[in-house]
Amino acid sequence: MGLDRRNFIKIAGLSTLGLAGKPAVDAIARIRLPEEAPLTAKRWAMVIDLRKCRENPDCNEACIHACHKVHNVPDFKNPKDEIKWIWEERFEHAFHDQSQEYADESHRELPALVLCNHCDDPPCVRVCPTEATWKRDEDGVVMMDWHRCIGCRYCLAACPYGARSFNWRDPRPFIEEIEPDFPTRMRGVVEKCTFCEERLARGEMPACVEACDAGALTFGDLEDPESRVRELLRTHFTIRRKPGLGTQPSVYYII
Amino acid sequence: MLEKALSGSRGYWIWLAVLVGIIFIGFLFWLKQFHQGLMITGLSRDVSWGFYIAQFTFLVGVAASAVMVVLPYYLHNYRAFGKVVILGEFLAIPSVIMCMTFIFVDMGQPFRILNVFIHPTPHSMMFWDTVALGGYLLLNLLIGWTTLGAERKSIPPPKWIKPFIIISIPWAVSIHTVTAFLYAGLAARPFWMTAVLAPRFLASAFSSGPALLILLILLLRKLTDFDAGREPVQKLAVIAAYAMSVNVFLILMEVFTALYSGIPEHSIHLKYMFVGIEGNMALVPWMWLSSILAVFTLLLIIPPKTRRNEAVLAVACVTLFLSIWIDKGMGMIVAGYVPNPLGEVTQYFPTVPELLISLMVYAVGALIITVLYKVALSVRASVA
Repeated sequence: MGLDRRNFIKIAGLSTLGLAGKPAVDAIARIRLPEEAPLTAKRWAMVIDLRKCRENPDCNEACIHACHKVHNVPDFKNPKDEIKWIWEERFEHAFHDQSQEYADESHRELPALVLCNHCDDPPCVRVCPTEATWKRDEDGVVMMDWHRCIGCRYCLAACPYGARSFNWRDPRPFIEEIEPDFPTRMRGVVEKCTFCEERLARGEMPACVEACDAGALTFGDLEDPESRVRELLRTHFTIRRKPGLGTQPSVYYII
Repeated sequence: MLEKALSGSRGYWIWLAVLVGIIFIGFLFWLKQFHQGLMITGLSRDVSWGFYIAQFTFLVGVAASAVMVVLPYYLHNYRAFGKVVILGEFLAIPSVIMCMTFIFVDMGQPFRILNVFIHPTPHSMMFWDTVALGGYLLLNLLIGWTTLGAERKSIPPPKWIKPFIIISIPWAVSIHTVTAFLYAGLAARPFWMTAVLAPRFLASAFSSGPALLILLILLLRKLTDFDAGREPVQKLAVIAAYAMSVNVFLILMEVFTALYSGIPEHSIHLKYMFVGIEGNMALVPWMWLSSILAVFTLLLIIPPKTRRNEAVLAVACVTLFLSIWIDKGMGMIVAGYVPNPLGEVTQYFPTVPELLISLMVYAVGALIITVLYKVALSVRASVA
């Protein structure tokens, strides 16, 4: 049987593909292409119904875990190096200036979910010396570029909500299970919640909203009068964190 | 002129060797920090700026204080400063270099620092601070080198240098003003958000800088043949006395506004500094020490009788310098973070590696000032 040059290359090529191909195909298969049209809005906002959070005390854990898992947020198990995108804060801390001592203990200690407020006028964006964090014009999401961030931590000083975390050490060994869909970070850069902009682009709701079975988290377009968030804001008394600072947070709370 | 730094006494070389040794040790720790990240410092999510940034803030003041000799000499033709003006300029140069190094070692990604220039962002005060410090360094290098070069040739400095000297005066004020703006514009940190911060920074700069300069002049008199004479020392002492009085006055203004208004967000940080919160008292002894030293300094430096005694003056300069170093280099940055914007208290303690890296930066400054002063004094000796 004559094996000419042409056939040799063919066979060699196919065998190479056979050897290296499986992982490559797997890797490609893991990349999720947008199945649906991206979700868009003029101004993304979130309404958190703390009454529902109180009724389902174990539920916060689920949405926090959902967020931290899909975003490769490490768990160092110590508060010094801690990184968090969304977390529970006692009401008296989350609403530092609106707490009163005669409230029922359960009310003061009511766990409130807190996250980046995606402010209309974000102080973190104002101070960043490299525009590594910026407010997206089209939908108001406050974004982060982990490749441009120099790690000066000026934004941590400027954020009135403590929403930003810094990678004091290499986070990768502390990620429970690496999610291939989302980048991991390196030491020395700042990170925070980005309203799941990568999921919105795939037509999916933010991970925390999706994980919330109690219906406590509502996400939608603030500029659309027909949206669910606008309806909630119309029909309920809502508060925001530190409204007096003029940052105009996009996260609202029903108490 | 730099070749003058290459010949010196045994003591000179031993001193340089000690400094290089300290720099080497600190550098090893910096490599560790670069490798492992800022986790080796005491910084945390809640107190995210600490010893490095505080030293930076303090040293901007020392750098700016050169204007206290430049202004009387060049604008008012105050001849007595003729011998010390170069010492002031050559103090500013290592101070700015130390400032820049402290910023560099504080960065999470130090080798991306040029992003500040690649993506210039005028709405960030940090961008302006970089511009202000860089410009000030260039101005002082240019002015110091040109005037000393002229002195070596026994000719008056060239006319073209004069505009640069004039510009360097408001520029010196600007570096500490913009540094104050880094902090004073943050709604998240009520402790720093005070209009009096920039004036306070300037007052503390214009007292601690001249105090250091007096100590350096007295040291040079002891160690070398160079004697600046009595008059410039006394004049600097008067400047330091006025500036320190203004500094203490401005601190008391802060205390009044915070405590009389009673707004918790403003008073809670002072409470943390001077009495502690819920048993967290890391800064308490330091802040009281700083206050006591400040009062002690004023008692020594204001009465002409004690001020004119150079031995007493030297003590006053040491206590003045320490008082302001504790206030700016330890207290004011950290206190802005405690409690955090959510009212939670996390304390901060610098770690040994963090302190050794800081020591390295100070050793770099000491090395540069030694070489620069050596050059300046050698040039002067060869002319005389």
